[in-house]
Amino acid sequence: MAKLINLKINGKPVSVPEGTLIVNAAKMVNIDIPVFCYHPKMEPVGMCRQCLVEIGRPMIDRASGQPVLDENGQPKLQFGPKLETSCTTPVSEGMFVITDSEKAQGGQKEILELLLTSHPLDCPVCDKGGECPLQNLTMAYGPKDSRFIFDEKQKADKHVPLGDLIFLDRERCIQCARCIRFQDDIAGEPVLGFYQRGRRTDIVTYSEPGFDSVFSGNTTDICPVGALTTADFRFGARPWELKQAASVCSQCPVGCNVTFDVRREAKAGGGYVVKRAMPRQNEQVNEIWMCDKGRFAGYQYTEAESRLLLDAGALESTLSLAAAKLAEAKSDAVFLAGGRLSNEDFYNLKQFADNLGAKAYLYTQHGGGEFTTAYGLSAGSNLGDLGTGDTVLVVASDLYNEAPLWHLRLKAAAQRGATLIVANARATKLDEYSSFVIRYSYGDEIETVKGLLGKEKIGEAIKNANNLVIFYGADGLGLAGTSALASACAELVTERAGKPNNGLIGVWSTPNQQGALEMGFAPSANLAAELKDKTVYILAADPAGDDPALAEALKSAKTVIVQDILETETTKLAEACPEGRGIVLPAAAYTEREGTYTSGERRVQRFYPAVPARPGTKADFALVAEIAKKCGFELEGRSPLLVMNQIAASQAAFSGVSYAKLAEVTAQWPIIGRSDLFYGGTGYENRQGLGVTLETRPGTVDGLRSAVNALRPKEDELFAVPITKLYDNGTTIVPAKLLAAHIDRFNGIVLNPATALKFGLENGSQATVSLNGVLYPAKVLLDESISTGVVLIPRSFAIPIKEPVAVKLAALVKAQEA
Amino acid sequence: MLAEQYPDEIKAIFAKYPVKRSAVMPLLYLAQREEGYIQKESMQEIASMLELDVTEVAAVVGFYTMYHDEKAGKYRMQVCTDLPCALRGADKFMESLCENLGIKVGETTPDGLVTLEEVKCLGGCDRAPLFQIQDGDKVAFHENMTVDKTMELVEALKKAQD
Amino acid sequence: MTHILLRHRDIPDLKNIEVYKKNGGFESLKRAVTAMQPKQIVEEVKASGLRGRGGAGFPTGVKWSFLPDNIWPHYVVCNADESEPGTFKDREIMESNPYQFLEGVAVSCFAVGATEGYIYLRGEYYHIALYLDACIAEMEKRGYLGDKLFGTQTSIRLKTHLGAGAYICGEETALLESLEGKRGQPRLRPPFPAVYGLYGKPTVVNNVETLANLPYIIEHGAAGYRQFGTEKSPGTKIFSLSGNVERPGNYELPLGATFRELIFTHGGGIPNERKIRAIMPAGASSSIIRVDDESFDKVMDTPMDYENVQSVGSLLGSASVIIIDDSHAMDWVINKTIDFFKHESCGKCTPCRDGNYWMLHLTKRIHSGQASENDIKVLDSVAAQMYGKCLCALGDFSTMAVRSAIERFPEDFKVRQA
Ligand SMILES: Cc1cc2nc3c(=O)[nH]c(=O)nc-3n(C[C@H](O)[C@H](O)[C@H](O)COP(=O)(O)O)c2cc1C
Ligand code: SF4
Ligand code: FES
Repeated sequence: MAKLINLKINGKPVSVPEGTLIVNAAKMVNIDIPVFCYHPKMEPVGMCRQCLVEIGRPMIDRASGQPVLDENGQPKLQFGPKLETSCTTPVSEGMFVITDSEKAQGGQKEILELLLTSHPLDCPVCDKGGECPLQNLTMAYGPKDSRFIFDEKQKADKHVPLGDLIFLDRERCIQCARCIRFQDDIAGEPVLGFYQRGRRTDIVTYSEPGFDSVFSGNTTDICPVGALTTADFRFGARPWELKQAASVCSQCPVGCNVTFDVRREAKAGGGYVVKRAMPRQNEQVNEIWMCDKGRFAGYQYTEAESRLLLDAGALESTLSLAAAKLAEAKSDAVFLAGGRLSNEDFYNLKQFADNLGAKAYLYTQHGGGEFTTAYGLSAGSNLGDLGTGDTVLVVASDLYNEAPLWHLRLKAAAQRGATLIVANARATKLDEYSSFVIRYSYGDEIETVKGLLGKEKIGEAIKNANNLVIFYGADGLGLAGTSALASACAELVTERAGKPNNGLIGVWSTPNQQGALEMGFAPSANLAAELKDKTVYILAADPAGDDPALAEALKSAKTVIVQDILETETTKLAEACPEGRGIVLPAAAYTEREGTYTSGERRVQRFYPAVPARPGTKADFALVAEIAKKCGFELEGRSPLLVMNQIAASQAAFSGVSYAKLAEVTAQWPIIGRSDLFYGGTGYENRQGLGVTLETRPGTVDGLRSAVNALRPKEDELFAVPITKLYDNGTTIVPAKLLAAHIDRFNGIVLNPATALKFGLENGSQATVSLNGVLYPAKVLLDESISTGVVLIPRSFAIPIKEPVAVKLAALVKAQEA
Repeated sequence: MLAEQYPDEIKAIFAKYPVKRSAVMPLLYLAQREEGYIQKESMQEIASMLELDVTEVAAVVGFYTMYHDEKAGKYRMQVCTDLPCALRGADKFMESLCENLGIKVGETTPDGLVTLEEVKCLGGCDRAPLFQIQDGDKVAFHENMTVDKTMELVEALKKAQD
Repeated sequence: MTHILLRHRDIPDLKNIEVYKKNGGFESLKRAVTAMQPKQIVEEVKASGLRGRGGAGFPTGVKWSFLPDNIWPHYVVCNADESEPGTFKDREIMESNPYQFLEGVAVSCFAVGATEGYIYLRGEYYHIALYLDACIAEMEKRGYLGDKLFGTQTSIRLKTHLGAGAYICGEETALLESLEGKRGQPRLRPPFPAVYGLYGKPTVVNNVETLANLPYIIEHGAAGYRQFGTEKSPGTKIFSLSGNVERPGNYELPLGATFRELIFTHGGGIPNERKIRAIMPAGASSSIIRVDDESFDKVMDTPMDYENVQSVGSLLGSASVIIIDDSHAMDWVINKTIDFFKHESCGKCTPCRDGNYWMLHLTKRIHSGQASENDIKVLDSVAAQMYGKCLCALGDFSTMAVRSAIERFPEDFKVRQA
């Protein structure tokens, strides 16, 4: 613990750790000092000069070095002639800070008046109106009328697109540089800058393509005026019309806490729609940030036109039909569930499957889950605590694309002094912050991990780490590969099992794969064979869309029951089945119901309903319970809270977990939200629960896996491996119309420039990939960091790749030329 | 490409500093040498040489008045009209220069030779009126000037051009 | 008197390295490097009472002694940005007495243990940068710069760096940012450059004129230096005299010389039989001294040093003495100064950025005769409300002329109703 410093602020005694800035010390005792440039997540710069206060310091006698005392025996204070910026000044012993004197407030008023001379005062048409720090501060401190002649205001451009997601209003910008500093210091993507100087200073980007950062949306939250706005919310609604609903992002395993802002809209027939997603503070998960995928694709898919709906009567009869099929099939039924379901859904599903004697599989290409349940992070962990002395190993994962907030958190950990080791076959954005970058060839993942301890410095860093966290992903790997990789990684942490801030994290592609694993689900190694001739019940998964082999298998299934929120290739396949052999059940989206997800860090978090469920849809756990009931098996279908009680009672890892517990909050620092807004921005304070991390259950894994034999392509073949891109053609992303350009940019196969050259290809040219005898056209993208024998194929685009395979490549020859 | 045009100078610039980024200003001058202004491609090239984002390079260009991001006349004639010079008639001098050149401040002569600009103190207050001529990355002072001497200079520049 | 800094005025062709050498050149550097300890030099400079010539007048030796011993490397950065309107002294030193200047920079490097010294010149001094580069090459050739100086283990390298048109880069932390390849905007202080300077390392930033004094101090010792100037402001100072005087130019005089001596003895008085109306002793950043029949003698007899100029309500600053005769009104003068500051405000902090913008609108309106009584009040209060609240001194500088003009020349701020 740092030394405590005693001081007084407006007469109030305060004790805070050494090094605390006055502005923060004041905040801790509920004294708001107005700020614009200062943000508690960033280093102070003292630019805006809004936070001026009077500071008195004890007079020290030169000769004795002792404080000079007044007639009452109190230390005499010396006040400087000037006001000082409280955001740049650390506290010191005996300090006396005055924030509310005439002098201090006069200074604050004067700065505000100056600031307003450059502001257009267009609050009536400003998106930030109603939640604007500048507005609030003007109300509290501002001059009643302006001495500045409005006509002399400098005109500047409005509605400037900085990229396709963020717009800038140059007139409103107050040059606090929060956005620039966020991009430089926190995101590590310095794509915003000031241009010109003095009163002409402007925010610009010269980068290509524009303001393109995975974290760009956060700048709109911390912008203290309405200068930066998101393309989706601009002119969308007034903040005071919005109702808030707490939720958890469903786009990746990080589980960022978010708030959905909702209002009724004529366009939606008077119904509720989500207007925007914003981060909700959880310092142990996402702090006060979220990524653009979460913001711009996080809920949008739940409002897609292709939502599955049934009228109530039809739903009932469809459920009966499904129940009849499953009751008939009994142990001949196979359940297949995707990681988008909630814990409660998975629990009910598993109970039902066990009751029928049916097999229940998790639909994923990412294996090794048995190790993350046994050796995953345990209670008391917080990536935000990692720093000097700790080691983080990232293997076969491109966190920037797969789980952006983890990328951010590990970057910060490295900057705090943690040893970051990144092992991958290609360059990833995290390399820049790592102490060691290990580059292996695709296929050598497991060998590489096994060899780590033998490397001098890296071995030391792993063995001697105070804390060791390992992230493993599926970059270039399929199910078998990831399972073996998990096993190799687990060996490095087995001894640390159960210790906070130690453990193995799977970088899953869905928000709740970890929950499914905890509930006993596992993937099947040979799914196509498993499905043949069976009665298949598929939930939140699109096997037919992902894999032609699975589509074939499904076509030969006895019955296909698909439960989802959106139309997919699989629902279409079911619809196309002969009468009675294909059944489609419409599920409610997670924005329309309650539930919990278990994040990759094994944190169970609640999401709350933001909008009412669409008529003719029900939450998955309820649909499952209704079908089960029709099969004569009672399951809890009334509320997820009750399901969670059952989970807690029956699943060791969940013991002690309850909805009440999940809703608990403890004080978080920095204090954001509340009424002032100017301090932390417009992100939301967390009043709905910080979640609970599951206890680890070491020792539940039998035997570790051995490596799979690496594939060796033939002379005229390339080694094709799957990778994950942030924005892809997945069902939950494509409906986000704003992201179309981003999706398109990544839509292609990736080659080393030399390989491309060999095939007569260049960046952007068209090629064909021949995979299992099928020809797929694809755009070529280049990456110098990969080796020449490989081609990277992004998942969820056009080419169905599950695992490393040998492919042939050719330049696309246009029909007429051929 | 600067790297191909000025390999030796770039090497010398890099040798000057222990931290690459410091090279940005001299490199920007190089980028301005030929055309008198800095094109976006040059900013990009400099950014990649220095391992910066191009926006970081642009931010530097935008801050300093001697870097230009738009094309102007071959010579930028920059007359100081700041207080000490103005006390010695710089404003009048500027006015008659405008008349003689037939352009306003900020404009370029029709032949594209001279752009007339107003600048702040140049550090030659005792030799007012004065101006500097910025020609790409080069700067030359012309002090104790008269309108006649200036017009002669413009003529000479024109001749040198042909 | 003879010159310490403008010695080229006494010795023809001093900028020829051989001539410089013949006249005792590089002896101080040699003595420093071969016969003195760095600490000893710091002490000698402290004892000499040399104060920074960049404007603030901070004791140079004291500043050097702030560099921590446990963080390396140290850097010396010479501030040759010289952009204060009315200042053109560093230029003459570098153009005409370059070797003495470079010798001084080298001495300072040795004194603080720096092996690298940067000379940051304003972009407009392009010709000087080229010239200094050539001089540096000459010195390297002769072993006065480079490795193993005078057969010792000492190495010192000097390099020039050109700015590109920004007055703010004269502010030392903005200068360092600029030298690091960023926008020249001031840093928060503390930490000061002595602790966290160039590339985050301990750095001495000194003005050209300051450093050019060093060879003399090494040669003649602190006592020798103190024979010029006053007790608190020892040595000589170059006064850049400009504006409405017969003979504008640089004059090196002992600190404490009077305005009368500068303006009348050396500057030849006011042309066109006009009278002095105002003096700005520190360039555009000055509080304007009013000169009228009543105050004339008091002002003229005021010694120009760091203490006494205050007695006539101004500061010595960089000693850029701008003379304004009685044909000029102060509303015009401050419109000019604010035009300058508005142009040069870096934009980092609110009061300077928005205050100068506002003030320029007001001074324009006032100067054009369109102003109301209230505008003048507002102007004064805007200046007052900027003062003391800015991130760096530029913001404060910009208010000096405005406030003093309104206070001291009320007749120039009468509303001229049509
Ligand atoms: C706005 C501003 C402009 C300045 N310009 C210069 C300058 O052009 N030259 C200079 O030597 N010092 C200038 N200074 C002072 C420097 O910040 C610094 O104090 C000086 O270089 C220190 O050197 P010295 O101690 O030798 O005077 C300026 C300061 C400010 C605030
Ligand atoms: S006072 Fe502020 S805006 Fe002005 S130059 Fe200094 S830091 Fe920049
Ligand atoms: S200067 Fe303190 S908040 Fe901006």
